[in-house]
Amino acid sequence: MKLTYYPGCTLNTVAKQFDASAKKSALELGFEMDELSEWNCCGASFPLTPDNIMGLSAPTKVLAQARKAGDTVMTLCSVCYNVLKRTNKVIRDDTDRRDVVCGFIEEDYDGSIDVLHFLEVLRDRVGFEKVKEAVKRPLEGLKAGAYYGCMLLRPFEDMGIDNCEDPTIFEDLLKALGCEPVGFPNKIECCGSHLALGKDNEEIVTKLSGNVMQSAAGSGAELIVTSCPLCQYNLDGAQEKLEASMPGYRPVPIVYFTQILGLSLGQSETELGLDTSRWDARPLLKEKGI
Amino acid sequence: MARIGVFICQCGKNIESTVDTKKVADEMAELPGVVYSCNYRFMCSAPGQEDVKKAIKKHKLDGVVVAACSPHMHEKTFRRACEAAGVNPYKCEMANIREQCSWVHHDTTKKAGTAKSIDITRMTIERLKKNKPLKKISIPVNKRALVIGGGIAGIQAALDIAEGGREVILVEREPSIGGNMARLSETFPTMDCSQCILTPKMVEAELHDNIKLYTWSEVEKVDGYIGNFTVQIRKKARYVDEELCTGCGDCLVKCPFKAPSEFEMGLATRKVIYTPFPQAVPNIPVIDAARCPKIQKGKCGICEKVCGPGAIDYEQTDQIVTEEVGAIVVATGYQVMPTARFGEYGAGKIKDVITGLHFERLASSAGPTGGEIRRPSDDKVPDSVVFIQCSGSRDEAKGVAYCSKICCMYTAKHTMLYKHKVPDGQAYVFYMDIRAGGKRYEEFTRRAIEKEGAMYLRGRVSRVYERDGKVIVQGADTLSGDQIEIEAEMVVLASAVVSRTGADQLAQKLGISYDRYKFFNEYHPKLKPVETVTGGIFLAGTCMGPMDIPDAVSMGSAVAGKVLGLFSAEEMAREPITASVNTMICNACWDCVVACPYTAIEKEEVRNKKGEIVRVNAKVNDGLCQGCGVCVAACRSKAIDLAGYTDEQVYAAISVF
Amino acid sequence: MMHKLAKDDIQSDILGQIERVSGEELNKCYQCGNCTGSCPVSFAMEIPPTKTIRMLQLGRVDDVLKANSMWLCVSCLQCYSRCPKAVSAANLFEALRQLSLRKGESHEEIKDLPFPFLKGAPQQAIVSGFRKFVS
Ligand SMILES: Cc1cc2nc3c(=O)[nH]c(=O)nc-3n(C[C@H](O)[C@H](O)[C@H](O)COP(=O)(O)OP(=O)(O)OC[C@H]3O[C@@H](n4cnc5c(N)ncnc54)[C@H](O)[C@@H]3O)c2cc1C
Ligand code: SF4
Ligand code: SF4
Ligand code: SF4
Ligand code: SF4
Repeated sequence: MKLTYYPGCTLNTVAKQFDASAKKSALELGFEMDELSEWNCCGASFPLTPDNIMGLSAPTKVLAQARKAGDTVMTLCSVCYNVLKRTNKVIRDDTDRRDVVCGFIEEDYDGSIDVLHFLEVLRDRVGFEKVKEAVKRPLEGLKAGAYYGCMLLRPFEDMGIDNCEDPTIFEDLLKALGCEPVGFPNKIECCGSHLALGKDNEEIVTKLSGNVMQSAAGSGAELIVTSCPLCQYNLDGAQEKLEASMPGYRPVPIVYFTQILGLSLGQSETELGLDTSRWDARPLLKEKGI
Repeated sequence: MARIGVFICQCGKNIESTVDTKKVADEMAELPGVVYSCNYRFMCSAPGQEDVKKAIKKHKLDGVVVAACSPHMHEKTFRRACEAAGVNPYKCEMANIREQCSWVHHDTTKKAGTAKSIDITRMTIERLKKNKPLKKISIPVNKRALVIGGGIAGIQAALDIAEGGREVILVEREPSIGGNMARLSETFPTMDCSQCILTPKMVEAELHDNIKLYTWSEVEKVDGYIGNFTVQIRKKARYVDEELCTGCGDCLVKCPFKAPSEFEMGLATRKVIYTPFPQAVPNIPVIDAARCPKIQKGKCGICEKVCGPGAIDYEQTDQIVTEEVGAIVVATGYQVMPTARFGEYGAGKIKDVITGLHFERLASSAGPTGGEIRRPSDDKVPDSVVFIQCSGSRDEAKGVAYCSKICCMYTAKHTMLYKHKVPDGQAYVFYMDIRAGGKRYEEFTRRAIEKEGAMYLRGRVSRVYERDGKVIVQGADTLSGDQIEIEAEMVVLASAVVSRTGADQLAQKLGISYDRYKFFNEYHPKLKPVETVTGGIFLAGTCMGPMDIPDAVSMGSAVAGKVLGLFSAEEMAREPITASVNTMICNACWDCVVACPYTAIEKEEVRNKKGEIVRVNAKVNDGLCQGCGVCVAACRSKAIDLAGYTDEQVYAAISVF
Repeated sequence: MMHKLAKDDIQSDILGQIERVSGEELNKCYQCGNCTGSCPVSFAMEIPPTKTIRMLQLGRVDDVLKANSMWLCVSCLQCYSRCPKAVSAANLFEALRQLSLRKGESHEEIKDLPFPFLKGAPQQAIVSGFRKFVS
């Protein structure tokens, strides 16, 4: 099986380990991620208002490009997934906007592609049972917190990957890898997202991400898995502040779910880039005998 | 010697936790006349009742005492069980050892509760020994019904009873039936035209063979009791002969004198000879005698001249007719609180502050403006209208504490009617809560807001006053937290639904009760919603509290079911707990006659063969007596006894101490 | 503060524009408060989502544009996700931002951004931040 893959801006730069671990794991699970030969940034935010047609042009361009390669396109980053999937729906269902956008980018595209997330591929095409069979190094005893954030889940009628109030796809994967998945109350709450950019927003981002981390820690998570580089960035940042301001707070490693997947499939810690995380996961893994 | 069985109930833990029922049963067994005694977990259960029946047969019991809960709960149950086993039901008594004993004692050693239960049961046993077997009283039923009030509730009740094959007398105070519904424009939530759905029913009521219509009439006096009422009805002088009048309307056209129209509530005038509205039923005019110069001073007489069939009769007088009926339905409806009650909203002095009912007339195509929304002061089409909900309702300090229930809905309706008629206009609604419980009601109010653009502001308006020809409405929007001022061109008050003036007098005539707002009381708010405490008198519609048309119609039909049920048997049985006078002792002081709240006691003359009066004494009418016992207490010569509660029984009970 | 409310406030062009741009119908909101309850940043907003919508219903666009709320919305869509009337406060905030940005008034200036941030942050933060804050 070969799947057209759209990495997006961040996976080509600061989140390379996300990209690499996914590609390698895919091969071991029997499919190949075929990166689009030419692509542009999706815009990193879906234009919420129907009036903002310009915002649709970048993701539509990506979709049109991908459609030439096949009938599905897979993403890893939650934001890319959100933007592409929602845009695709608009182009498919709203012919007025389709005509304007496609006219502008000079593409003939009708929304006929399937936008998939890597997690969906694992669940629906490979199957978690198969994943479990492929595990070489079960991550027994590892209490991994599943953090979804916003973009993977909402809005439900557009994303539909899982129940948006009580998703389990992450936990189900973690279970297959032998972990002890930890769901926690704030697993679907926002990390602070693009407020990371603003000059006066630091406190708010720290608070939002801090809430997520405290909620996870309170539920016993020893490590957090995520599928979004921005979430990782915000959560890491918050942990720095928590460590400084909250006596007794112990930061935990925040890793991409593909890193954990690769680990269980037998890839080495350095290969997976686990050494490059802000908080090193290796001592924890050692402690658990993994 | 009596053969009494005593059954002590544990009521699960309800009684047993503070009463040693076994001990009570054992002690009772020792009493003279008691031949059987036991305790049991749930006497009222099917096996419990079975035990009573078995014991009656086995021990040949002639009386039963069940020591358990209040007779209110299960007296009927055990009396029925006794009757089934061949014991007269009135030879079965309950000793209340739950509400009056176990529930008020918290002593878990059971000492106090047991001792008191023993006393209560002993008393009941002694009392029972003096019980006489009684028989239910059967009374004949006159299968005709009287309906008072010809609004939609009364019309529905009358039609359903008539359809059920019984005769109905429908009495309406106004010249036409129809009530308030005749005033409405379109009706929520379906927006069908009120007249269009009402007038067919009015005509049906007029033409129905089983319905006798008395309009422009009032109930003067009611005597009798369930199944047997005698009603006097005052037919007010119409000055038009109902037999002769053809309803041509020539008199209305030619009459030169005008007066404010009651039906239009002052928004229009009518002639001195008039029908309240064009579709009136019956279509027979009345003359407003107080304003008619012919009747007052002998001048004019034009209508008499123009009337083809010669139906005008200036000499007519009120007439009293008497009707015998077996049941009475009260459906006298509601009115709205007058604007003069609202000082802060202009006290009725600002012309462009009107009530919702006025707005109905403005919106009605048959109304004074032909259905155009024009404000009363200068006929201008208002550019903005402020609607004020809960005017007088939910106002403990100055109005009524209750919710009028219909105004949220009709206000939403008004905003839609306004928007349809004045598309550029802006409707504002001040509300405290939007109460739209009912099928399709919430959707209806949301439509007014979302589709018809009504601006809803959450807050109670504090003041309405005039400034430069505008009506200024000052209130708040608690959602944004700010004070709001609106320059309005018209203000509509959703004035509280209140009882009719004079409702209390009617209730007194009928012997039914009413609440502090003079709405008539139902027997039980949940389980007997259309009955009154007085047998044979029922309620329908808004005379018992605010409600909308669907509810008023449902009640009308429900009442008809009750009445037809009552009429389904030739005779009806009632409890024999009535007072009787020992004529030998009665000294004709008439204290009891005065005391009886049900006017059940009359003065009886006893004559000899020659027809001479030999004695006068009091006599209780079994049909009317409700067994309250007031007369027993009032009688100084101890001439009155109440069956089932005789002095002898009471003394016997007390004698155990 | 006393607010005079008139037809022009409610039937105004600017409200029409906000509805058109956002694709939302303001009147659908019945002020249940679920959006404010759900919103992770309502604690920091000068006018939380529910009240923002109320102010818009009342035509008080200027007040709303002056508040920090629209710049704090993280577009997490919890508001929309849980709104019983399917109103999206997020869309309204985005529309308000657009109203402001389209006049050429940026909320953030690129030159003011700290260099370490630009160097270390994931690209997507910068791209989406630009989209939301820069005209
Ligand atoms: C502004 C307004 C708008 C409304 N809009 C709607 C609507 O859109 N949809 C809806 O479902 N409901 C609506 N309603 C409610 C509706 O009017 C009532 O539910 C309905 O009219 C009640 O009917 P009724 O028969 O109980 O009382 P009424 O209509 O009041 O009828 C009572 C009748 O009894 C007569 N009467 C009174 N006393 C005596 C007496 N002593 N002897 C003889 N006759 C007597 C009266 O003259 C009257 O004809 C509205 C009410 C208001 C105030
Ligand atoms: S003119 Fe005579 S017949 Fe005609 S409506 Fe008047 S009273 Fe009746
Ligand atoms: S129905 Fe509505 S307007 Fe009328 S009193 Fe009740 S809450 Fe107030
Ligand atoms: S959740 Fe929806 S209906 Fe409720 S206040 Fe927010 S926008 Fe309005
Ligand atoms: S999208 Fe914006 S307004 Fe809605 S919940 Fe998230 S931060 Fe709050």
